[in-house]
Amino acid sequence: MASTGVAGRVASTGVVERVADIGRIHRLLVANRGEIAARVIRTCARLGIESVLAASDADLDSLPARLADRVVRLGPAAAAQSYLDPAAVVRAAQAAGVDAVHPGYGFLSENPALARACGAAGLVFVGPAPESLEAVGDKLRARSHALAAGLPVVPGGEAADLAGARAVAAEVGYPLLVKAVGGGGGRGMKLVRAADELAHTLDLAVSEAAAAFGDPRVYLERFVSSGRHVEVQVLGDGTSAVALGDRDCSVQRRYQKLLEEAPAPLLSDVLRAQMADAALALTRHLGYRGLGTVELLVDRERDTFYFLEMNARIQVEHPVTELVTGLDLVAEQLAVAEGLPLRLRQQDVVLTGHAVECRINAEDAAAGFRPSPGRIERVVLPVGEGIRVDTHVQGGSVVPPYYDSLLAKLVVHGRDRDDALARTRAALELLEIVGVTTTAPVHQALLADPEFAAGGVDTAFFERFLAGVH
Amino acid sequence: MDLTPDDVRDVLRVLDSSGLDELHLETAGLTLTVRRAGGGWTAEQQVLREPTLVPSGGGDGHVRPPEEERPAAEVGEGLVAVHPPLLGTFYRAPQPGAPPFVDVGDAVESDTVVGIVETMKMMTPVHAGVRGTVVEFRTANGEFADADAVLLVVAPAGGGGAGGQHRGGGAGGQHRGGGAGG
Repeated sequence: MASTGVAGRVASTGVVERVADIGRIHRLLVANRGEIAARVIRTCARLGIESVLAASDADLDSLPARLADRVVRLGPAAAAQSYLDPAAVVRAAQAAGVDAVHPGYGFLSENPALARACGAAGLVFVGPAPESLEAVGDKLRARSHALAAGLPVVPGGEAADLAGARAVAAEVGYPLLVKAVGGGGGRGMKLVRAADELAHTLDLAVSEAAAAFGDPRVYLERFVSSGRHVEVQVLGDGTSAVALGDRDCSVQRRYQKLLEEAPAPLLSDVLRAQMADAALALTRHLGYRGLGTVELLVDRERDTFYFLEMNARIQVEHPVTELVTGLDLVAEQLAVAEGLPLRLRQQDVVLTGHAVECRINAEDAAAGFRPSPGRIERVVLPVGEGIRVDTHVQGGSVVPPYYDSLLAKLVVHGRDRDDALARTRAALELLEIVGVTTTAPVHQALLADPEFAAGGVDTAFFERFLAGVH
Repeated sequence: MDLTPDDVRDVLRVLDSSGLDELHLETAGLTLTVRRAGGGWTAEQQVLREPTLVPSGGGDGHVRPPEEERPAAEVGEGLVAVHPPLLGTFYRAPQPGAPPFVDVGDAVESDTVVGIVETMKMMTPVHAGVRGTVVEFRTANGEFADADAVLLVVAPAGGGGAGGQHRGGGAGGQHRGGGAGG
């Protein structure tokens, strides 16, 4: 990990940079693919950092490969032998002679083994310390850290056996969720409606958790019937931390986010401030260094919130935060990875207007969101003030079947939420990706929906909306 | 390098005041076409620059392994080939370590799930599509299957019937959450 102290390399102060050079990043390995790879490469170009893309065989000719200064082969197309193999990433980093590795999101971004392997190889890992990754990667440990930091958590607890589960259930009440300790992102969760289902569901959850995550431990949580997914973006340098506003990601299908916005609409100032404070408390409690997201569940009926989990990486939806804060979060991530202290104080964080992100996926919503890999013929994108499209495809690009379906993120900034939504509708009209079926029509329908336009929908909204559309 | 959003914005400022409806820009590394559309503008950009590969990179050093030519899929007379509903990685069990959905010798109904195909991190069940007995597997667990690959071969019940093809379709994919990050 970056080893410098805070003896800074703030060019304007004229400080001699010898000491800080130890952690300074000159050449960066982008150990990811897709739009986030293109996104990181863009910041590298702006900062004068040489970018080297680590690409699998399926991605050697991708748009990010053309944008990067250089490309190094990572391995075969199958992610297990390329993007998910820490040894392959370190080999690629060494072959390319980089001094740092940016893991993007997904894949190995929160894998302590990669962070450790980078450290052992003398490479800066652009992410939190392995200890922080471990602290938040395990759901139960994250929950106990959150409790220790004073955050509210969803009532519940560990269920070592059926007797333990019954005791927790007696406190929590039904319906409740059985969650795998090693799960996350919607994986490894089961709903228990009544007491007579508990024994059976617990058995099933334990065996599935063991098979899917190599960890049979499960815990129980109260099921919040109407919840919003609101998250707080944080940035820490190991000592201090800032909160960079919140995002609402409640529009989801099977726990996959489709549209996100910043700030989260229709939250009281008090609740919003409490959520930011909670996120900061956890970040400081962990001595966290890096960019992170504290996910919270807003209970609409009780008008309160609970800690869900912390993501120790850059998020897919980070651009909505960038548009309302004016920050380049990748640049801030690189700076703290170099060992620099935070470059902004909380009072420097000013939010302007409202931003919306539509995830344009290669999926056919009319056919149950069936994947739609293939060759892209044309990509026509809306451009203009307040419009940003992060993408990894252009005419001629092949969308391989091995990875996720995200093609592009249409991100639009407006004066306020209504303005942002109106501009997003107009921008969607102009966006044209020919060759594969995309989810753009779903976004058009969603943006025309009065309940969504009113703001503050819960995580069950989108499935209801779909049922009404089809 | 491509043009940054700021570059494109600068181009738009010039265009907006010019009264022009379209601008086509071509350099050694890229082409860009900006067009007036509706009340706004669109851009079509093509990065022409070829990737620059680091020599003797990671992995085994091969830049791109040649695609193996596989012989046309043929099944014996009277047998039915089961193809994936769409191209993807074939799995014979619901979870790693779990017993397979079906094995050679098992009887299947037309709606029996015989495997799953993972495409873009979404799981689609593969149905036998025919009543009969599983004769052999042609695609191994975890192996990538093109849309025309033969996953397994079924001997239809009651004999008779010419050799057939079945595309083991399922309605809609099952999303496997997680990996893509938030």
